[in-house]
Amino acid sequence: MSPPIDFKLRRRTLLAGTAAAAAFASVPRGEAAAQTQSKPAGPETTTVTLNVNGEARKLTVDNRTTLLDALREHLKLTGTKKGCDHGQCGACTCTVNGERINSCLSLAVMHDGDEVQTIEGIGQPESMDPMQAAFVEHDGFQCGYCTPGQIQSARKVIEEIRAGIPSHVTGDLTAEIAITDAEIRERMSGNICRCGAYANILAAITQVAEESA
Amino acid sequence: MKFTQPVDSNLFDDAKVVGKPMQRIDGPLKVTGTAPYAYERNDAAPDALYGYPLGAAIGHGRITRMDAEAARSAPGVRAVVTTLEIDPLEKGINNVARLFGGAEVQHYHQAIAVVVADTFEQARAASALIEVDYEEGTPADLDLDAAFERMQGTGEPDTLVGDVEAAFRDAPHVIDQMYHTPAESHTMMEPHASTVDWSDGEDMTVWTSNQMINVNLKSIAATFGIDRERIRVESPYVGGGFGSKLWLRADAVLAALGSRAAGVPVKLALPRPMVMNNTTHRSATVQRIRLAARADGHLTGIWHEAAAYCLPGGRGENPTAQTPIFYAGDTRRVKNHVVDMPLPETADMRAPGEASGLMALEIAMDEMAEALDMDPVQFRIINDTQVDPANPDIPFSDRHFVECLERGAEAFGWSKRNTTPGEQRDGDWLIGHGVAGAYRGALVLPSGARAILDGGKLIIETDMTDIGTGSYTILAQTAAETMGMDVADVEMRLANSAFPASSGSGGQFGAPSSASGVYAACMALRDKIAGNLGIEDASFNGGRVTGGDTDMALSEINEEVSTEDAIQWGDFQKDYAMGTFGAHFVEVGVHAYTGETRVRRMLAVCDAGRIINPITARSQVIGGMVMGVGAALSEDMALDRGRGFFANHDMANYEVAVHADIPEQEVIFLDTLDGVATPLKAKGVGELGLCGVAAAIANGLYNATGIRVRDYPLTMDKFIDRLPAI
Repeated sequence: MSPPIDFKLRRRTLLAGTAAAAAFASVPRGEAAAQTQSKPAGPETTTVTLNVNGEARKLTVDNRTTLLDALREHLKLTGTKKGCDHGQCGACTCTVNGERINSCLSLAVMHDGDEVQTIEGIGQPESMDPMQAAFVEHDGFQCGYCTPGQIQSARKVIEEIRAGIPSHVTGDLTAEIAITDAEIRERMSGNICRCGAYANILAAITQVAEESA
Repeated sequence: MKFTQPVDSNLFDDAKVVGKPMQRIDGPLKVTGTAPYAYERNDAAPDALYGYPLGAAIGHGRITRMDAEAARSAPGVRAVVTTLEIDPLEKGINNVARLFGGAEVQHYHQAIAVVVADTFEQARAASALIEVDYEEGTPADLDLDAAFERMQGTGEPDTLVGDVEAAFRDAPHVIDQMYHTPAESHTMMEPHASTVDWSDGEDMTVWTSNQMINVNLKSIAATFGIDRERIRVESPYVGGGFGSKLWLRADAVLAALGSRAAGVPVKLALPRPMVMNNTTHRSATVQRIRLAARADGHLTGIWHEAAAYCLPGGRGENPTAQTPIFYAGDTRRVKNHVVDMPLPETADMRAPGEASGLMALEIAMDEMAEALDMDPVQFRIINDTQVDPANPDIPFSDRHFVECLERGAEAFGWSKRNTTPGEQRDGDWLIGHGVAGAYRGALVLPSGARAILDGGKLIIETDMTDIGTGSYTILAQTAAETMGMDVADVEMRLANSAFPASSGSGGQFGAPSSASGVYAACMALRDKIAGNLGIEDASFNGGRVTGGDTDMALSEINEEVSTEDAIQWGDFQKDYAMGTFGAHFVEVGVHAYTGETRVRRMLAVCDAGRIINPITARSQVIGGMVMGVGAALSEDMALDRGRGFFANHDMANYEVAVHADIPEQEVIFLDTLDGVATPLKAKGVGELGLCGVAAAIANGLYNATGIRVRDYPLTMDKFIDRLPAI
């Protein structure tokens, strides 16, 4: 359980009354800002090694850099998309150590040594993965911006069902989970497609699931 | 090429490529994440730095002071430009609110500063250090219902036919109801984003996400007062638009200003929480609809009055757009009021006008059918018209609305539905079925292209955009068909202002207009090739040109042959009403205990002329149906009437339909041809798929529960107290 809001507020109020705050008041605003910048309390960057698509990539990143921006801006792997940057749309879905995550909700510094797979590691235009090919075949996209995230989730949804991980719509938790339309729709619902290709995405996933059964 | 008369027969009637299902040629790039969007142009501007915007924190008023010193001295910051530092910029085409410059705040989150820094994190952090003092404007009345009450009955009607009052006095059946549609946000997946190189303050290159390149180019030129020749705009991949990217927006303006100030290329994407209030949206509407009918179902009066809001000088939303023309009726009075309000800008969103208009009108039609004790399908069929009701000398170019309804009813099993509301159960779910008519105009615009034959390959260049609509693919099909070549031998180059100006993407005019433009360019190329070879009556088939004594492969033509042409539309089209038509059928389940509403089955039947590619066209239609589900059940921009901004400005709180909301969808295209509309006999279909869907769901909810909800979205709080006793 998180502390009540008034507790947090009190902590901030306390900080504002310290000598540091008093120093702020005595100098012009710009100088105060410069002063605080010159004395960071600790390192503002961190060096991490991400194993991206099977390749070790050593990076020094701002501590605030998300995994998403580490991939897109540092490694120039722009296939992973930024739709909302707040974990609301799913466009940034990639896998970390084999599990799908919203990479915008995770900081790069949390992933030293982790295995990250992006859409670029799944297939290329001339050598598409079966899920990518199925998306093309069933027109499982229009504008294409949510598509890498949809494909990442789609591949994992099949695995998650086969691994027996239940979802909101799973009925009998003790039985083997069947790959049904309802299971796929439920598990894909974190990936928004505003072009509305859902029915075609479902067809693509179903085909891949059947072919790999 | 001027399109001067209805086309009788032409090469598309014997098509080998056009009209055939074909997978998207840009598909492999999109599914592998290798299609570069506007913020990802490492191929063109690898050294671009990061721009981050600051939005105004008040609904409207003035900025009295800005202090950006802390931001300027923050780590990594290269430049800060505040709105007080420059005069208000000229507005671009169809921009209502100013995009930047000056002290006035016209709406919440209007851009007031841009920070350029070495990294995204630095730019974002520095933007938060900018201090702003505001003087808030006079509180404005943001109550659209009250505005409608004030304005009702005032002003000249937009359409007036016959004695409406008398018709309503005399009719045996009259309905008179109020309807509400909420403000809606496009919520395309890719936020507005641009990378701009204006490093030297001279030539400018804009890699952006925009639907209409030529309009964007002109707007940028006007905004910054520079010659168009010095600007290049590119938008090869657009992560969704739905109207939000028709006109120039703040992302490109801020990136340009930041680039000039920092002397480096700058990329900037609007943060998602800023998109809703900074950019545009579809206005909420208040609509009063009155219908009068004889006992035989014949409509004798249609009276539609509505109100929407916008910033002063804007167009708002016209939900009466379809009412003058969709149904027959002896008398008619139509009026839309646009109310000035200091809110974020209202502008075009997918099917502007008809989308929100049919949300109301098609409920009203259902209500009248019930009052008449008539099948709502039959009631609509009775009131079909083959002419513009207000101008009976103007026939529809091609209208098969009745066939849409009949085919749909048969395919959906309409006759087997329960007709007494609230009487069909499936476990805990109340089951209902609803129908609605669909109409959307069939606008076409001039559109140009360049066609180049080079070593047996055909290259098509046009500034047309593909916003997910399938332009790459359908234009390649059109070019291949016209030149008698294989699609694999066509290379498409789109969305670059260096190419001939096209219609752009919007208003479902993009496909019919730009395909006609490509046809025009290819016909010019055929003429030029034939002329060069001295052939009369040349024919182009199988990659060969034949005629007279000549029979040669196009790949044998050594010299590059290039032509440019555009489709222009003749006045003869004004002698016709041009539209697209459809019928939507849905099955809904309403939970008997909670009122949760689920769409269980959807069918659309579309009459939109020749379908150039059934795969991409179907995707457009099912996508529209999905947007219709959101419009019916969840989408609602929540206005804070005290503060004058939309509170739910992100994708967690503005709820669009997700996978779990969408059931089985079926689309039937009638095999229609409209030779008045375009040389391809094709019309647009991308917006038709949305029109009417929400009303079909509302009508299904009524059939399921016996409760008529006229206020979208159809959330359970609006009817749970009226659900049938369990």
